Amino acid sequence: MNRKGDHFVLRVDPILCDGFGHCHELAPELVQVDEWGYPIIHEELTSTNELALLKSARLAVRGCPRQALRIERTNGPV
Amino acid sequence: MTITALPRVMSGASGRPLTLREHEVTFGTASVGALAGELEASGLMGRGGAGFSTSQKVELLARQRGHHKVVVVNAMEGEPVGHKDRTLLSSNPHLVLDGAQYLANLIGARRVAVCVSRKDSAIVNHVQRALHERERRATGPEFILHTPPWRYVAGEESALVHWLNDNQTMPQYRPQRPNVLHVGRSPALVMNAESCAHVALINRFGAPWFRELGTPASPGSTLVSVSGAVHRPTVLEVALGTPLRSILRVAGADPDPLALLTGGYGGAWLSGEHLDVAYCNEDLRSLGATVGAGILVVVPKGACGLAETHRVVKWMANESSRQCGPCAFGLPALAEDLRTLLHDARDPHGVLVRLKERCEVIQGRGACRHPDGVVRLVDSALRVFAGHIEEHVNGFPCAAMSTTRRWVTVPALEHESDLVWE
Repeated sequence: MNRKGDHFVLRVDPILCDGFGHCHELAPELVQVDEWGYPIIHEELTSTNELALLKSARLAVRGCPRQALRIERTNGPV
Repeated sequence: MTITALPRVMSGASGRPLTLREHEVTFGTASVGALAGELEASGLMGRGGAGFSTSQKVELLARQRGHHKVVVVNAMEGEPVGHKDRTLLSSNPHLVLDGAQYLANLIGARRVAVCVSRKDSAIVNHVQRALHERERRATGPEFILHTPPWRYVAGEESALVHWLNDNQTMPQYRPQRPNVLHVGRSPALVMNAESCAHVALINRFGAPWFRELGTPASPGSTLVSVSGAVHRPTVLEVALGTPLRSILRVAGADPDPLALLTGGYGGAWLSGEHLDVAYCNEDLRSLGATVGAGILVVVPKGACGLAETHRVVKWMANESSRQCGPCAFGLPALAEDLRTLLHDARDPHGVLVRLKERCEVIQGRGACRHPDGVVRLVDSALRVFAGHIEEHVNGFPCAAMSTTRRWVTVPALEHESDLVWE
């Protein structure tokens, strides 16, 4: 059990987001886009042990031109 | 002096605001007693639309640190067909201010910001006069009147706090709920005007008295604005749990309507078959409807539910603050789909499927609940008017299309040609 939580979920600030779509390019497993180009975030918690997913989530966070994304870490369902 | 039956918050209403002296004769002088326990025992639910427990909200704010808390009285009345806060402030303004004062004492606030839309200049005058009367007593917190511009979303609590901070009536993004809004650095308790009036009465007469009316889960009375196919649009004070049929009868409404719009423009349709349901959240929610901001719009038989929904959704799409993509682009898309269903008979089946998909996509992706409300309205329309929509889809003529009479009033769009999506 990690202190910060062993699961994560991407969160988008819908006001900051301008629909650049970089997050979908960088983390297609976690982010879909709707018909207007705005992200639909995969809402289920992902384990931080899935390193590939965590890495692409981090890429999406760093790649967001509006800095609207962040990773929220929580303890997963027990 | 105790008020026994209805009306409660509308007692003494005489067509003009009660002066402070008349107010004290009607309701008795205020005692600043132990309110916290009473408030919890009363089980008062906020009357602004969300129906969140007032005592929980107050408790959350009371736990915050600092001495510069603010109570924000929300009388913005964003719903175009809602008149309850206006009616209340133009008959019993001191009751609302009393309630705000108790809440301020309870959470330890020194300031009370009363927010009335600048569109309602008469109400602004009433509140100003009431505040002036109280000034001479010079006790309690400092009252300040604010007059933000009127918009649908301006009455949303975070938009109101945004206005107090930065003079912008845009909702803010709050990832955690419930969260505490701040005016400057002071925690703010945003409370609907009607809830404040109920708080004032609970403080005077106690929780058991408050619970004499209403149902166990939603006690007390509430103000309902009834419009549409009624003899005359009115605001009534009814006990929660009253059957819808008797509310409509008192309001002089069509006894056998096609459907009712409940809760407001972000509310839901209720089929006219369910008139025996009790008017309270627990019963209405089982039918997909809601008490919301205490709004009932009666739509008579012969009207087209789809056309009414289209008008409301179009207006709501235009009222979006256009901060979040799913709301700024999604709501116009919903309105456009509804228009196509109504008038364009090329591929109605595909449009219906697309409309349902779009509703699912938009749900829950805005910073505030504005898009969710519209989605709920469209969803309920698809459910309640399913038979009629089927007729539209199959190309049957709709009798209501040939008339221009519409029942759900929508304010004129300011710039009809400037609709964002056209």
